[in-house]
Amino acid sequence: MATSRRFTAGDLTLSEMITVYIEGKPVDVNVNDSAAAAALRAGIGYTRTSPVSGEKRAPYCMMGVCFECLMVIDGVASRQACMIKVQPGMRIKRQLGARELS
Amino acid sequence: MNQTTDTVVIGGGVVGSAIAYGLAKRGARVTVLDEGDDAFRASRVNFGLVWLHSKGAGMPAYGFWTRRACDAWPAFAAELKEITGVDTHYVKSGGLSYCLGEAEYNKKIETIQRMRAQAERDPYETRMLDRGELMQLMPRAQLGAEVLGASYGPHDGHVSPLNLLRALHSGLKYHGADYRSGSPALDVKPVGGGFEVRTPQATLSTPKVILAAGHGITPLMRQLGFNVRIHAQRGQQLVTERAAPVLPLPANGVRQTAEGTFLIGTTTEDVGFDVSTTTRAGTAMAARAMRILPALNGVRVVRAWAGLRTLTEDKCPVYEESTQYLGAFLATCHSGVTLAAVHATDLADAIHNSRLDGDIAAFHGRRFNLV
Repeated sequence: MATSRRFTAGDLTLSEMITVYIEGKPVDVNVNDSAAAAALRAGIGYTRTSPVSGEKRAPYCMMGVCFECLMVIDGVASRQACMIKVQPGMRIKRQLGARELS
Repeated sequence: MNQTTDTVVIGGGVVGSAIAYGLAKRGARVTVLDEGDDAFRASRVNFGLVWLHSKGAGMPAYGFWTRRACDAWPAFAAELKEITGVDTHYVKSGGLSYCLGEAEYNKKIETIQRMRAQAERDPYETRMLDRGELMQLMPRAQLGAEVLGASYGPHDGHVSPLNLLRALHSGLKYHGADYRSGSPALDVKPVGGGFEVRTPQATLSTPKVILAAGHGITPLMRQLGFNVRIHAQRGQQLVTERAAPVLPLPANGVRQTAEGTFLIGTTTEDVGFDVSTTTRAGTAMAARAMRILPALNGVRVVRAWAGLRTLTEDKCPVYEESTQYLGAFLATCHSGVTLAAVHATDLADAIHNSRLDGDIAAFHGRRFNLV
């Protein structure tokens, strides 16, 4: 997928790196990344499926407007991953379809 | 630019569009004049109920008219889907009005008994459901402990008002109507037995003109001999993120759309032409919705909006032809979504034949002048 190549560019050695878990796999990301940026960096392709059409979707606007980047973050469903900064050990998973009511 | 047409419908919301759709389907050459995105467009902020339940308690004709609309909706939705491909998401699910606590429950029982006693024929068939029956009807909804039951209207349902408007606009095109956005009627003048309608782009000559522009009717009606007071009442709504379906039946304060969004309403406020939202109203609406469905507590609100209802003095529709200028019609109501199915059929027939008689005669605005 084109997104993975586009978003792995840049010199990572200059910033502090932390480890997060994306779809269960440990990934080193920049401490200043958003969860959406981290998911793109990890190259997982899509980050959610639409509850309406089932289509695969990925972060688009990266500024909190389009809601394409909804992910399950530390067990909380349908969070806007682009608006959340990574934390060490954060667990980031795809939001598949509509969230359940808890 | 001067143009001529058979019929000009002023207003391209659900009321004007449904009437225009029916007229175009009956073969009339119809032009629809609509405002742009800055209009006070009740159609786009609607809650999406197709609702009878207990409507028209003070005006039996309105109850029966609404029942007719509910009966006509399935075929209407199917027709729109077939010719436009747009799914309005209409479901005749039945509708609820929840009772929280004993006082509300007992009061609702009384209301329903009174409704039954007053009506010679009962168009509503609304009845009480207790908590157990509600849980059977909606097994995936974990109702709050205060929910003792609800009144249940078997003819009620819900629909996406946005899809409905899109389907109507698309249907207008299908039937050859000329829909013009950004083209408000600035002025309507009776001229030699017909009318001249001026827009920023053109002047249209027509033998028939229909005012169906919600609040936009007010500045145009006097010169056509109408005198109907249309009051703006604000209603606010909260819109949540999408979630898995748990609420198959809509209620007047909370419904889950076909796509999983919860709509939470509403307020009735007299604040003039002000469509701002308030935290106070949002908090109150959310609090009541969470007493009905506590799991909403964890669901994020993504939008809040407000719209202006178009209410007549008795909140019932007004349909009339000008006695002074034959060929000029006025149509206004609060329930443009529910009534769309009869606006596109019975009312369009009546306007097409220039005979607002039979059941429709009861909705003449002269009722406000009888003391």
